[in-house]
Amino acid sequence: MNDTSAKLLDILQNDFPVESRPFLTISRELGITEEEVLNLVGTLKKEGYIRRMGAVFNSKKLGYKGTLCAMKVPREQIREVSETVNAFTEITHNYLRTHEFNMWFTITAASPDRIKEIIREIKEETGIEKIVQLNSLKSFKLKVQFDVGGISHAK
Amino acid sequence: MLNSLDKDIIRKLQEDLPLVKEPYRKLAEDLGISEEKLMERLEDFKKQGILKRVGAVLRHRKVGYKANAMVVWDIPREKVDQAAKVMITYPMLSHCYEREKTEEWPYNMYTMIHCESTEECKEIISDIMNQIGKYDYTILYSTDELKKTSVKYFTETN
Repeated sequence: MNDTSAKLLDILQNDFPVESRPFLTISRELGITEEEVLNLVGTLKKEGYIRRMGAVFNSKKLGYKGTLCAMKVPREQIREVSETVNAFTEITHNYLRTHEFNMWFTITAASPDRIKEIIREIKEETGIEKIVQLNSLKSFKLKVQFDVGGISHAK
Repeated sequence: MLNSLDKDIIRKLQEDLPLVKEPYRKLAEDLGISEEKLMERLEDFKKQGILKRVGAVLRHRKVGYKANAMVVWDIPREKVDQAAKVMITYPMLSHCYEREKTEEWPYNMYTMIHCESTEECKEIISDIMNQIGKYDYTILYSTDELKKTSVKYFTETN
């Protein structure tokens, strides 16, 4: 990745303008044309650097409830269990991690009852009886933007 | 309270932004409203804190962060605020939360640390502990991303 791409990714993450010609504003900052910015964004999406371009909303303010869940999944069941878990649109993140509790997923749903229902359904479908639910008490930092310009790109 | 237009806008804006010169005009056309009206609603959403930002969500593994660690800590409640103050100063630390403990899970603080190597993660942890004191902690590296999407608001099932 070259410097222009890295700089563009930083701009796109942090302050994508809410104005009529956002790509024009960005192009001036980068010293390239508006068309070049659009093409570059398309390329970065195609290459997989950008997962999505769009709005990020505050789920709490929209009345949604979230929680973090962990479960112990035997190695041979991982695939099957992750299919069950991932099928819920309310489950947005699911990771395998290096721990006895190896599957970690987040639920963001319209109500606490819906969260309970999802957990119950996962237990029923997978036969795994224990799902630890870790409710948030306080949030100190939530920064999903990554400093791309600051990381050294070997290739 | 959100009215039905607001919900339409939120549903629309959680899709991919069209890659055209005037993306908001295109979205407004799809919604059957003027670009000005859309901008006005977005500004209002921002003011209310409903809209956090418009922009790109990256695949962090792809952009070079190979070691993504969830570090969980057992820190007494009365020390949590103080510890968080130190933790959030690290740019490589993206999330910092306090959560309820459970019988099976004796940790209450959660930090996500994104590094180029596991050594770098460990350095950050020991650096943090030099400032906040020693506490029990565990590092859980992510080995597989099984799912990562965005929340879909106001859809039929959700």
